[in-house]
Amino acid sequence: MESLLEVHDLHVSFDTYQGEVQAVRGVSFDVKKGETVAIVGESGCGKSVTAQSLMRLISTPPSRIKSGAILFRGQDITRFTEKEMQQIRGSEMAMVFQDPMTSLNPTMPVGKQIVEGLIKHHKVSRERAWEWATDTLQMVGIPSPESRMKQYPHQFSGGMRQRVMIAIALSCSPKLLIADEPTTALDVTIEAQIIELMKELQKRLGTAIILITHDLGVVAEIADRVVVMYAGKVVETGTVDEIFYRPRHPYTWGLLQSMPRLDQEKSRELRPIVGTPPELIHPPPGCPFVPRCKYAMKICQQEMPDMACPTLSHRVFCWLEHPMAPTVHFVRS
Amino acid sequence: MGKYVLQRVIYMVVTLWVIATFTFFLMHTLPGSPLKNEERLSPELQEQILAEYGLDQPLPIQYVQYFKRLLVGDLGISFYYDGRKVTDLIAGGFPVSAHIGLQAILIGVLVGVPLGCIAALRRGTAVDNAATLVAILGVSVPSFVLAALLSYYVGVVWGILPAGLWGSWKHSILPSLSLSVLVIAQMARFIRTEMLEVLGQDYIKTAKAKGLSQSVVVMRHALRNSLIPAITILGPLMINILTGSLVVEHIFAIPGMGEMFVQSIVVNDYTGIMGVTLFYSLLIIIVIFVIDILYGLIDPRIRIAGVKE
Repeated sequence: MESLLEVHDLHVSFDTYQGEVQAVRGVSFDVKKGETVAIVGESGCGKSVTAQSLMRLISTPPSRIKSGAILFRGQDITRFTEKEMQQIRGSEMAMVFQDPMTSLNPTMPVGKQIVEGLIKHHKVSRERAWEWATDTLQMVGIPSPESRMKQYPHQFSGGMRQRVMIAIALSCSPKLLIADEPTTALDVTIEAQIIELMKELQKRLGTAIILITHDLGVVAEIADRVVVMYAGKVVETGTVDEIFYRPRHPYTWGLLQSMPRLDQEKSRELRPIVGTPPELIHPPPGCPFVPRCKYAMKICQQEMPDMACPTLSHRVFCWLEHPMAPTVHFVRS
Repeated sequence: MGKYVLQRVIYMVVTLWVIATFTFFLMHTLPGSPLKNEERLSPELQEQILAEYGLDQPLPIQYVQYFKRLLVGDLGISFYYDGRKVTDLIAGGFPVSAHIGLQAILIGVLVGVPLGCIAALRRGTAVDNAATLVAILGVSVPSFVLAALLSYYVGVVWGILPAGLWGSWKHSILPSLSLSVLVIAQMARFIRTEMLEVLGQDYIKTAKAKGLSQSVVVMRHALRNSLIPAITILGPLMINILTGSLVVEHIFAIPGMGEMFVQSIVVNDYTGIMGVTLFYSLLIIIVIFVIDILYGLIDPRIRIAGVKE
């Protein structure tokens, strides 16, 4: 299948008073048409920065894309001017943010907030755009959309607001939807509804989705492929099955271990990954997971491991993959 | 909405009554008496004059009598400006003060708001620093210093505009300018701070993610949300400027209301003090009311409960 988005060796840094914080350090992955790719990792691993860099929404300064390429439909958007970016933002790629309570303009009726993108990108009349937007609201499952269009965000519940956000994002039928922790701020029942909605709309519109999350439950639910990030780097990528059933990186093992499971015995405690990620002002030369890794070897501290490809879709960055490394098996406890 | 307005109007009347009562009794505790050249008047003459103005009665009686007249809109005769009605004095002075004041507010908002926006958008650059400097100068340089400078240089030395006195519209330019600097400064400061806050909000990112240009994002999404604090300070600022232009009025020799207010206090012109105080109070109460309504227009979340869209 054809690639919609290819990210090659992306570096994003923040210039702070303490120095340069290298939030994203050489991330590469791709997204094919109509598929769902989940980017997972703990807070501060660079997943949100990566996502926002894809739409060039990170504010410059203090942050900047240092190097690398983002090929969207074959064109490198890191070289786009601001004007060119405005052409594709909203129309070709759209974004849903984490907190629906703060992501809508409180002083503007929601209808107007949906309509503005349509008018900007499709050059349609206000009336036509209004009808269109009403249909979109209906599509995301908001009852009596005609009257809801005229209401303000504070008259909607959190889940409803996230539906509005999705309506805004999908109103121009983008090729790529970036969802930055879309369900983190919602309660669990609403979370399930929103995920279900995204799945359904994806099937209908054929939109590719990049889902940023730290919730592995959501990943299992919706993703085709998974990118696991740690300290600004990709440590493992693969299909959902590969990541959940045949994980090869000790960090991925840790993530899976720390996830509660319904079928697990009550007496068994969750196992957190002990320790904290490294400071990204002075990133370590070797694998950033070393201090927290049970299996760390001498070489791990000195050099970043090369990419290993256990299968065509599976990529791992770990010295354990080296032919000379001892064999370690992940046993899910 | 109708119910809310009615409720507010009742509160306004009560507030006005409380202010009037307090002022009435406080005023009578001021040292001195309304009589000029007291020591040169014979006791009989003094009594006669006091009786003529009803000042020989006990205070509670005077209070009742004053309120009786007040209810029919009669503020009495000024003790100081011989034989002239207080209402006439206000009607003469206020339009002048209001003219200068409103112009000053207008200039202040039209210059201050864009200045604050630009400073926020160009944060940390020379433009921002220049705007901040203007704001600091505007807040710290008293308006009368500026008034004197403007009157002297623009009016006398260069002779571009009248240096003082009241007449054509040209006469109002320099006084308005000297008053507007404070408004410009305050507006710019508050808009800048709030704009920076708003630009960091998630919904601004949402707006950008729709592909809107920077100017549309600022004008359509950021500005309106930045206005609340500016509106809040605009009220007191407006009252300050509509009423407190005494010094500036003095420098430009303008027959405004500021002069009258101070004069009436200095000479114990009881009816004058009461009249001006009540008038100012009414003005303040109305401005506050209007601002409360404005909040709702700007931010739908502040709209009065129970009001349907």
